[in-house]
Amino acid sequence: MKYVDEFRDGDKARQIAELIQSEVRPDHQYRLMEFCGGHTHAIFRFGLVDLMPENIQFIHGPGCPVCVLPAGRIEAVIKLLENSDNLILCTYADLMRVPAGKRDSLHKAKARGADIRMIYSSTDALNIARNNPGQQVFFFAIGFETTTPPTAAAIKIAHHEKLKNFSVFCNHVETPPAMAHILSSGETQLDGILGPSHVSTIIGSHAYAECCKQYSTPFVIAGFEPLDILQSTLMLVRQINEGRFEVENQYCRAVKTDGNKKAQTLMSEIFEQRPLFEWRGLGELANSAIQIKNRFSDFDAEKRFAMEHIEVADIKGCICPAVLRGVSNPDECKLFGTVCTPEDPKGACMVSSEGACAAYYSYGRYRTEVEVVNS
Amino acid sequence: MSRLDLKNGVIEIIHGSGGRASSQLIEELFIPHFDNELLRQGNDATAFDIPAGRMVITTDAHVVSPLFFPGGDIGSLSVHGTINDVAMSGAKPLYLSASIILEEGFPLADLEKIVISMANASRTANVPIITGDTKVVERGKGDGAFISTSGIGIVPEGINISGDLAQPGDLILLSGFIGDHGVAILSSREGLEFSTAIKSDSAALHELVSEMVQTVPDIHCLRDPTRGGLATTLNELARQSKVGIQIYEHTIPVRAEVKGACELLGLDPLYIANEGKLVCICPKKSAENLLNIMQQHPLGKEAAIIGQVTEDKQQLVVMKTTFGGQRVVDWLAGEQLPRIC
Repeated sequence: MKYVDEFRDGDKARQIAELIQSEVRPDHQYRLMEFCGGHTHAIFRFGLVDLMPENIQFIHGPGCPVCVLPAGRIEAVIKLLENSDNLILCTYADLMRVPAGKRDSLHKAKARGADIRMIYSSTDALNIARNNPGQQVFFFAIGFETTTPPTAAAIKIAHHEKLKNFSVFCNHVETPPAMAHILSSGETQLDGILGPSHVSTIIGSHAYAECCKQYSTPFVIAGFEPLDILQSTLMLVRQINEGRFEVENQYCRAVKTDGNKKAQTLMSEIFEQRPLFEWRGLGELANSAIQIKNRFSDFDAEKRFAMEHIEVADIKGCICPAVLRGVSNPDECKLFGTVCTPEDPKGACMVSSEGACAAYYSYGRYRTEVEVVNS
Repeated sequence: MSRLDLKNGVIEIIHGSGGRASSQLIEELFIPHFDNELLRQGNDATAFDIPAGRMVITTDAHVVSPLFFPGGDIGSLSVHGTINDVAMSGAKPLYLSASIILEEGFPLADLEKIVISMANASRTANVPIITGDTKVVERGKGDGAFISTSGIGIVPEGINISGDLAQPGDLILLSGFIGDHGVAILSSREGLEFSTAIKSDSAALHELVSEMVQTVPDIHCLRDPTRGGLATTLNELARQSKVGIQIYEHTIPVRAEVKGACELLGLDPLYIANEGKLVCICPKKSAENLLNIMQQHPLGKEAAIIGQVTEDKQQLVVMKTTFGGQRVVDWLAGEQLPRIC
């Protein structure tokens, strides 16, 4: 297929893998964090680990929006749904099965009768609002900078149309502060970072320059296709071997240094920095998220519904927070694959299509134990 | 009583009451299309003679949304689905039953389209619908139309096909492109309409199966990879037979359009439903012969050998990727696409 198969070419993959094999220094451990869950899943789905020399280790980063959302934010929405009889919740499907408090989830709330619609885009939520003027339509907005512009556009359109029944629960977060937090904490030693691809199309590769310089860490903005990841890994290996630390852009077919100016203008028109926001696993980070500007506060669900802050403790034994910081691997969790499975997830990392636990479970959990008997 | 208004009329509660209106619906809409000798008996239960041997029975509920989609509709699907379930035992399907649950207000014109589609599918397959039932639920209590069909068939002598018979060393064959049905349904879903040339692969596979079992009577397993797709079917077979399965990504036929749609929507073709494909497991020595037979049939033109059965206590399905890496292909977790059939 055009623009997909080209980046999944097995022969090219083997060539790059051979280059990596020949260039890694045998005495050096290469600990590379792939920031995005999209990278983690591609690594497992295409079996990239099998092509890597043993001294390259992929450390999974926090780049899974659903995983880093504190469960209390979902619990607050469920509470709101239960206390209201004219609310339609619009959400991306990823959030549906994420555990809230007390083994609850949006999925279960829907089964109990809440009106929850799974949507593919923020404009679907707008349409639902237009078609249901007697009901309040509540859009559960979540994601990194990639999904922020569509949310901004929805608010702008709603403002223009004077839609009275549409509001946005803003949970958008920003990647550079999370990356800086992980590098500054020093909890896990990292030699290089495979940086976000889709996020970078919006904010540009220069967004990581400061982080790269401050922590003397090589960065490569890496596309999500398997060949992208292999090539980016090779670029990181070379930076490490040469003692360089720069932000390099492997995903140059989509990412520009300055990003998408139009999207950035739209975002700054609607949103402003949120002084403090809680990330699951990373804790409260200053200036790491955004909120709706006062001018558009009519569309801010937190204000419209005076939403309360709810604390939900992680289930005992769940190590999602450590997984999200790159400190632990999913299979080090006692609950992994026994109590916690994709069918009955205990932590968000097992649910999301970008979660590290889900990648381990779905594609690679028995990697070392697979016996294949050829006929 | 004037005749049903098939152009502008709608289903009313009275059509399910069992009284004259119910009878009119049956006589003016169902009987003329489904007509066959056994149905004409007009009894609550239809009587027929059976030959000696082993019989199979199966039942299947159809709740697909939307009711009409590229390449088919709930009517043809309800006939094909059940014929295929009978055929996957190696049996020759004989008869079908159909129960239709209709929602008050459902347009009679749509119902007629569905009934004609069922009748055509059943006639083409030469498997008549010999008994049926209709119920009506109040507006808001159904979603247009639901159809349950059951089927019975006769297993030819000497045929023993079951999901628990796969042996290490057996080869795995797939009858053609995967993912067409799921993508066709998705492309016509409200809120997600996208234009694609992909049509559902909904088809009755019993004639293909009949040729396969005649040539290779020692086929071990047959299954149609419907909900949960190829990945889930292979996991079912691995578990039932207590074996492992090794497949090769580059051998699995997927249309470029299906790949493209899946990429865009974040889906994996291995998990997308099919309604006109089968997976077959047979001894290695018979596989080439069987592949030729399948490829000569219109419904098996793109058939391929996609892998082999292995010894594996963990009963895993493992796939060699086009990249040369290896990964587990797990059961479908959660619901990828609700109401696909």
